[in-house]
Amino acid sequence: MSKVLDIHGSKPNEEGVTEVGHEPTTADRLYVPAIAAGLKTTIRHFFKNLIGKEKYTQTIQYPDQKVEYPERFRGMHRLVPREDGTSRCVACYMCQTACPARCIHIVAGESEDPSIEKYPVVFEIDELRCVVCGLCVEACPCDAIRMDTGYHPKPVYSREDADFGKADLLKNFGRHETEGSRRTARPPATAAGTGRVDRSSGDGGAGGATGGY
Amino acid sequence: MEAYTPYLWDLGRIAFMFAICLGLAGPLTWAERRQSAMIQDRIGPNRAALTLFGREIRAFGLFHPIADVIKLITKEDTINIHADRFLYNVAPFIALFPALMTFAVVPFGPDITVGGEVHRLQVARMDAGILVVFAISSIAVFGVTLAGYASASKFALLGGLRASAQMISYEVTMGLSVLGLVLIFGTLEPSAMVVAQGELIGGWLPRWGVFVQPLSFIIFFTAAIAENKRIPFDMAEGESEIVGYFVEYSGMKFGMFFMAEYIEITVVAGLLTTLFFGGWQVPYLMDGVEFVNAAGTTIVGTGFHFPWGGQLYTGEWVGAGLRVGAFLFKLIFLCWLQLMLRWTLPRFRYDQVMTLGWRRLLPLSLANLVLTAAVVLLI
Ligand code: SF4
Ligand code: SF4
Repeated sequence: MSKVLDIHGSKPNEEGVTEVGHEPTTADRLYVPAIAAGLKTTIRHFFKNLIGKEKYTQTIQYPDQKVEYPERFRGMHRLVPREDGTSRCVACYMCQTACPARCIHIVAGESEDPSIEKYPVVFEIDELRCVVCGLCVEACPCDAIRMDTGYHPKPVYSREDADFGKADLLKNFGRHETEGSRRTARPPATAAGTGRVDRSSGDGGAGGATGGY
Repeated sequence: MEAYTPYLWDLGRIAFMFAICLGLAGPLTWAERRQSAMIQDRIGPNRAALTLFGREIRAFGLFHPIADVIKLITKEDTINIHADRFLYNVAPFIALFPALMTFAVVPFGPDITVGGEVHRLQVARMDAGILVVFAISSIAVFGVTLAGYASASKFALLGGLRASAQMISYEVTMGLSVLGLVLIFGTLEPSAMVVAQGELIGGWLPRWGVFVQPLSFIIFFTAAIAENKRIPFDMAEGESEIVGYFVEYSGMKFGMFFMAEYIEITVVAGLLTTLFFGGWQVPYLMDGVEFVNAAGTTIVGTGFHFPWGGQLYTGEWVGAGLRVGAFLFKLIFLCWLQLMLRWTLPRFRYDQVMTLGWRRLLPLSLANLVLTAAVVLLI
């Protein structure tokens, strides 16, 4: 900090205020030396960006070049399916409760399978309201919701289209997951068929990229 | 056919001049954007593309000037209902023509002899060439002022007024700064000035205007940029405040003001080359020097005659080619330098522009003139 202010050799005055800048000196009033100094900088930038190996320019030309997102990037949500293709969600409302943006809307229904008890009849996420905090993923006891798709919610034409329903969310894939790997994935490590996942195995639910269900 | 030959030469010269002026204006708009991007660590416009045989050609954004022109031509031409229609329509032309005409006195090559006849590589050779430059360039003020007046817009009027005050002020300085050179070279004719700059001072330093009159070079360059109303002297436009005298113009009429600015860059570069950088002269490339060839015979002709002893015979044609090349190189370098300055300097305030013009540059150029006159008288 003091280094910047010392450029002009200023010292704090009795009130502790350091005055920056100075009256133009004769050399400043001549303009030419200052213009030459300015030109030196701009010409250096110009040639380094034009022919230099290491450029100052850091631009990523977006549609042509894309940045690799980090491994734990929180992207579009997805619902993790069971072996039979239905959602693993047991409609416990944990995510809806945790969501600070209140953008998850669940309507629970009774499952025919007594070991599952409940399932979501409606499971909607309003991606326009979502603040991408990842708390829903943290909250889920069944690892049924993940944000590991690696892409953003797609642009939509109307607000209603941004409400992604259960079917849409089930169709999404994790970014390291393929159609084949999903079918052959091992069944969820359920305890007594409740769909509960043993979190201690290291496959943390939050954004967990690889690993089984 | 014989009778038409002089006219054909004239047409050729004019075509070459237009090729330089108009041919550089488009690339300069591109260069300005790309160069400013390079200076500011950006990429600049590069997405105008042409798809040929399924391949997308971007050519570093070189298609942007073409895209610009298509856009400008197809745009709706709006005229403010309170505007003076005649003056409004005529103003862009008045702004553009002086810019195009000034280049006529700039020599772009040495005289060449074809079939026993001497041809000049300069559109108009007039004894008062330098005066013609100032006479014509002061017409440009009318274009700008009329545009501002006829638009019936307060911002445009402000821009036009500022422009006229600024251009008239700096014209005085500009004229005075050149007078020193006129005294030294003893001529008002640009191509004679260029020939005079081919001599050497002390046997090694070319007698270029920038070496004999460095102060007047700085003054002339400053005044020329001010004449062209570019940053740091863009009071008349002031993109961030009043937009300027062309604020009401749209489409290609606006494009003509825009083009005039870029042609003026070329013209300023051409004048600077001619007056201060030896025009088409290549250092140490001289006419009428004796050369001893391998067989031991002596020939007189054009070639390099280096101060450190070496010689290189080039002949008239290669020499002329080198000289036109040198002129174009200097021209483009000075255009580049002007763009560089524009993106280096912050703007002046209007009162600072006037102070600089009347209270700094004018006395300086007068002092320079008196000093030069004294030196020329004494030597
Ligand atoms: S990421 Fe956050 S805001 Fe978005 S749905 Fe989950 S909990 Fe709600
Ligand atoms: S927390 Fe998990 S199981 Fe519970 S409702 Fe949300 S997604 Fe379904």
